[in-house]
Amino acid sequence: MMLQSAVQRFYAVESCQEVAAKTYLLRFTAPEITCSVRPGQFVNILTGKDGAGPFLRRPFSIARIDGNSVEILFHVVGRGTVILSKKRSGDEIDVLGPLGQSFRVDADYDTAFFAAGGIGVASFPFLTDVLKKQGRHVETFLGWRNADQVYTTHLLNIHMATDDGSLGFHGNVVQLIEPFLDRKDFGKIKIFACGPTVMLRALSDLAKRKNICCEMSLEGQMACGVGICQGCPVERSHGSSKYALICKEGPTFISTDVHL
Amino acid sequence: MEQKVKTSFTIRGAEFGNRVFVASGTFGYGDEVRELVDVNRLGGIFTKSLSWKMRSGNPPQRIVETASGMLNSIGLANIGVHAFIEQKLPYLRSLQTQILVNIAASSIQEFCDILELLEQQEGIAGYEINVSCPNVKEGGLNFGTDCSMTAEITKRLRTLTQKPLIIKLTPNVTHISEFARAVEDAGADAVSVINTLIGMAVDVKTRKPKLSTVTGGLSGPAMKPVALAKVYEVSQSVKIPIFGIGGIASVEDAVEFLLVGATAVQIGTMNFIDPAISVKIADGLMYYARENDISDIASLVGALDADVKFSVLQSWL
Repeated sequence: MMLQSAVQRFYAVESCQEVAAKTYLLRFTAPEITCSVRPGQFVNILTGKDGAGPFLRRPFSIARIDGNSVEILFHVVGRGTVILSKKRSGDEIDVLGPLGQSFRVDADYDTAFFAAGGIGVASFPFLTDVLKKQGRHVETFLGWRNADQVYTTHLLNIHMATDDGSLGFHGNVVQLIEPFLDRKDFGKIKIFACGPTVMLRALSDLAKRKNICCEMSLEGQMACGVGICQGCPVERSHGSSKYALICKEGPTFISTDVHL
Repeated sequence: MEQKVKTSFTIRGAEFGNRVFVASGTFGYGDEVRELVDVNRLGGIFTKSLSWKMRSGNPPQRIVETASGMLNSIGLANIGVHAFIEQKLPYLRSLQTQILVNIAASSIQEFCDILELLEQQEGIAGYEINVSCPNVKEGGLNFGTDCSMTAEITKRLRTLTQKPLIIKLTPNVTHISEFARAVEDAGADAVSVINTLIGMAVDVKTRKPKLSTVTGGLSGPAMKPVALAKVYEVSQSVKIPIFGIGGIASVEDAVEFLLVGATAVQIGTMNFIDPAISVKIADGLMYYARENDISDIASLVGALDADVKFSVLQSWL
């Protein structure tokens, strides 16, 4: 059961730094989370209170754990992330987590291909650490709008694409990854992906054509993060019921199990 | 020595330990958050609405955040009454709190079938009848905005159970008090006031509604003033107990609802932000009573110091 370890608590912020254009890395001390969290899980953070800031919590991927510390990586897009970006050492944040299902890291494959679009990169430092410990080979494919957004800390074997061609391959991450999927030297490949829906849809089609397993971390607007509000459905491609909840059955899904 | 505060109350013989409940649709089937909140300290749990057959619910987008609240259009997604009895009721039955099953249906017969099936089960304290969901095409508001239909459903269900029968009313009518009176006359033991307000939100870039069903139901603190006025209106019109619902986020909010005439309160949307808030409010209500030398919470119910004749409400009461 995913919720056996979930807690709601106020945690002390250790630091919050801008690490790329409008992109922040916030670190907080949360031993109750680090003791059980697995890559792909998320936390639901209340950024505002008493009408200041958003009413609902906001979900954030856990970017990495380091001892008792949890790191989240986020792009400033609205009121909530503006508030978070201004947190300083000693400030408190209201966190519910860890939530959701982790990536299936123990599946049968030789090489893990990470595919991230923009801030979707937030899922991968943690996953890199775990797979490195397992002795798996990892190749990381990152797509950005432009070179200002790049964040690569703790990632391995990096290939980059930018929409404007300001760095690396001129194009998107799906175009970047495609030729690598045909190479025999990586053995059996499994793709782990996180990014905008349009990218995940294209990647999921590509993986299907190449008959490669693709596991995606989905984003969805949600309220509770624990399965009670039923607000974050994704359509199943098969199974007994029409929808799965992103917060509870996901956010990680095998691409052939859902319709994006 | 700490002063003892009486928090319990009864409806049709069913005893409730305190006056704070969790609202239907905001607490799942009680098992999802068992690690995050001690549900045994609640007055009771109103379950997610149950229909005869499983319902998948509406397509995404189902929720939108709004100012101090949210819109939802879940569409009564639920596992169906049979799966509920098999998979959820055994756990709920093991709890020390009262279980009130919320029923939603698209015909009078379906309401009756569900209630009759539940009557054969142990561990259910009572029923809340949802004739007020704004997000389904059949049933829901079709029933809840038709006073004689609402009364008819109540009358039929009354013949099938001796347990508390609570009708959940919609605010999306001209005078909610007429509906409250109609269900009281038809034999309801209590009313829940209010379900969500119909609302909408638009994406100005795409010019599309943000919800897949165009409109949805507004909930959260944004609706609290409306809910308070509806509870007050109903309390001036009926003698049966009222469950006050609408954006309750603190002990003070709960006390406001009691003062305007609610016998008990249901915590809804705020469960999404703090899964333990209902227990915090239940505890806080006791501290509030102690601090104010109140020995029985009942003394707060309807204790508003106001004269309805000064209100615009009076003209239609």
